[in-house]
Amino acid sequence: MDASIVNLGHPGHYLHWGFIQLSLANGIVILSMVVVFVAALFLPFRSGKRSGR
Amino acid sequence: MTDLVGSETETTAPPSAPEPGDEAMWTARVRGAAMRTFPPGKLLPDRQPSYVASWIYVFGVLTVAALFMIIASGVLLVWKGPSWWHVSKVGLFINSIHLWSVELFFFFMVIHLWGKFFMAAWRGRRRATWVTGVICFVMSVGAAFTGYISQQNFDAQWIATQAKDGLNSVGIGAFFNVLNFGQMLLWHVLLLPAVVIAFVAFHVLLVRRRGVVHPLAERRRSAMHGISTGPDPTVARDGTLEDVR
Repeated sequence: MDASIVNLGHPGHYLHWGFIQLSLANGIVILSMVVVFVAALFLPFRSGKRSGR
Repeated sequence: MTDLVGSETETTAPPSAPEPGDEAMWTARVRGAAMRTFPPGKLLPDRQPSYVASWIYVFGVLTVAALFMIIASGVLLVWKGPSWWHVSKVGLFINSIHLWSVELFFFFMVIHLWGKFFMAAWRGRRRATWVTGVICFVMSVGAAFTGYISQQNFDAQWIATQAKDGLNSVGIGAFFNVLNFGQMLLWHVLLLPAVVIAFVAFHVLLVRRRGVVHPLAERRRSAMHGISTGPDPTVARDGTLEDVR
């Protein structure tokens, strides 16, 4: 089988804040969602026709 | 000539209208109710209110697009079976398409959820739209979970054996047995997708019925200009969309 782009042959990386434990992979996904959410709020939306209805 | 005028008069009746005397038939009443609730112009509108021209409004349809990819790749996986999706290059590719479509489905759905939560999208008689969205989300979690334990690999075994303790602790392990592969596979390929697809369709129909919720700033702007728009400026009492600008 072809090698993975990311080496999966080791334990995952985890972030710890007190009793909160979060895998780095999940942290990256959540951060990406926040970035996309904020970008969706502020990036201009180009539309061909602007209409009242 | 008289006949021509008569035929023109006949064509003005809506094609869904029942023949005289058939108005009381249940088929005519159901058809009439469907046409009143979802007239074609509302079911597939050409235009949307101007405030919909924002990126935050595209995540619902992105979620539906991801769901379409999930279903299409899932049908191929069902067709060819695990010996194909674990071994052949095309099978591995389609398996990956299925996985990443699910990842994107949840990615888009959660951003859609955030957007709708912060604009209080249950306003304007849209509670049913919100509730069906919640049901879609919860059922999708179950569909994804049963998918992870239907992979037929060590990862699936690990997830199933870890999950059984949690599910047993809340008392549902007796009828939802994650160690029963056949049961989990059928939940994943039949029961849960059917529920998700049905509620997504209902959710989209409700969005068409009630219209796309307006931003909260819209009400403040209306109030600043002294415009009395009632409880919801975008939905008239007859359910049609209105724009306050």
